[in-house]
Amino acid sequence: MYQWDFGILWSYRWLFLNGLGVTVGFTVVIVVLGLVFGLFGAFGTLSRFRAVRLVALTFIEAFRCTPILVQLIWFYYALPILAGVEMTPITASALALSLYGGSFYSEIIRGGIVSIDSGQSEAGAALGMTPIQAMRRIVLPQAIKRMIPALTNQSIIQFKNTSLVSVLAVPDLVYQSQVAAHDSYRPLETYTAVAVAYAAILIPLTILVRRGEKRLAVGE
Amino acid sequence: MSETSRNASKNASKIEIRGLRKSFGSNEVLKTISLDVAKGGVVALIGPSGSGKSTLLRCINLLVTPDGGSVRVGDTRFAFGAGTKLPDLKTLAKFRATTGMVFQHFNLFPHMTALQNVMEGPVTVRRMAKTDAETLARAQLAKVGLAEKADQYPATLSGGQKQRVAIARALAMEPDVMLFDEATSALDPELVGEVLAVMQRLASEGMTMVIVTHEIAFAREVADRLIFMRDGVVVEEGPARQVIDNPQKAATRAFLSHFHRTGALPPATTAS
Repeated sequence: MYQWDFGILWSYRWLFLNGLGVTVGFTVVIVVLGLVFGLFGAFGTLSRFRAVRLVALTFIEAFRCTPILVQLIWFYYALPILAGVEMTPITASALALSLYGGSFYSEIIRGGIVSIDSGQSEAGAALGMTPIQAMRRIVLPQAIKRMIPALTNQSIIQFKNTSLVSVLAVPDLVYQSQVAAHDSYRPLETYTAVAVAYAAILIPLTILVRRGEKRLAVGE
Repeated sequence: MSETSRNASKNASKIEIRGLRKSFGSNEVLKTISLDVAKGGVVALIGPSGSGKSTLLRCINLLVTPDGGSVRVGDTRFAFGAGTKLPDLKTLAKFRATTGMVFQHFNLFPHMTALQNVMEGPVTVRRMAKTDAETLARAQLAKVGLAEKADQYPATLSGGQKQRVAIARALAMEPDVMLFDEATSALDPELVGEVLAVMQRLASEGMTMVIVTHEIAFAREVADRLIFMRDGVVVEEGPARQVIDNPQKAATRAFLSHFHRTGALPPATTAS
């Protein structure tokens, strides 16, 4: 029977905290950037112009249909060779994860927008709104409520995907745990603690979002 | 399009449609339609479903872009067809602000209260100050008998109340003409009367109106002209009472035989 000894982890607490800080900070960056890319992607695929739709779709499918691990490695190792773009591991992984997340966000955002009855934007148009005004005042406020569960879901995946940046030696929680595991010869304790840390952050967040959703549902 | 001629004669009709054509794919929905509505006139469009009457109505405020012909409302005229450029989005929006439209399914904004629904056009499109817009919106809600429902969300209103809010919302733009697209077709029978009563009062106040409807008795009472459409053409047209009481064409007679043409309007129980 395996003898658990979590006490050993205490001596690595600063390492873990450091890693956790990087993980959380990284998540904030890739969620925000991902949403920006997603917004561009969504409106790109809904554009009146065929060329814009085509470019947006190509980008989305390229990032949606290839593995994120391959994208990370590709951004860091292949871009310098192919395009002469030299990036730090942090920049390369932030960009790859944002674009990867953005491709999923954009499908969520697009789906939310097209799910709103066309009569809504028609009513806006009949009042004399431009398509942009109708989108901003009528469609988006309703669509965002529908997008929130899926956007939350995708953001949780984004948070967990940050664990992959350790392959580029970005010192996130997983990377630091590897250091600790090698040093202590206690990988079971270390990775269990990592799993608990992820869950401890995510579960309260999901509860918060669920409450927020209920508040948003007022009036419908 | 889009020559916007501002020199249209003063006593010309309010709405003038010439040679209007529209196809959806291979389906020709409107086949060279012409139509005039006098200032303050009320025109009822009737006909079986698929006759093109809703499409015609939607061409008047260009929610549907015609393939050919011309549309004039007030002093603004748009021509369509080969060699004409489609109106740009700003021009379209400005034009639509002068034509009110009421939809079969209300299309109220569910995330806004009744008051906010009515304020939305004045604030967003006419750039009116919020306090002025609220005064205007409350007045319009009072006019349709819903002053006390101002702070309720559409989901809590009955169908008839929703449609009256929708009418108030359109009126808040102070439009030149009002277009009604089967405004009572989605309502429970007992709620039809309150909406028709609002429309009737609007007509009596001199609003120029085009009404797509299946309420033949209402059309007979309120409209001064009636147009019967079938398969994308105007089959018969004339003074409403005359066409309904004494239709000349066989198709009109056949269509009208499905309705009670006279009799009392549904009770006008506009709660206020």
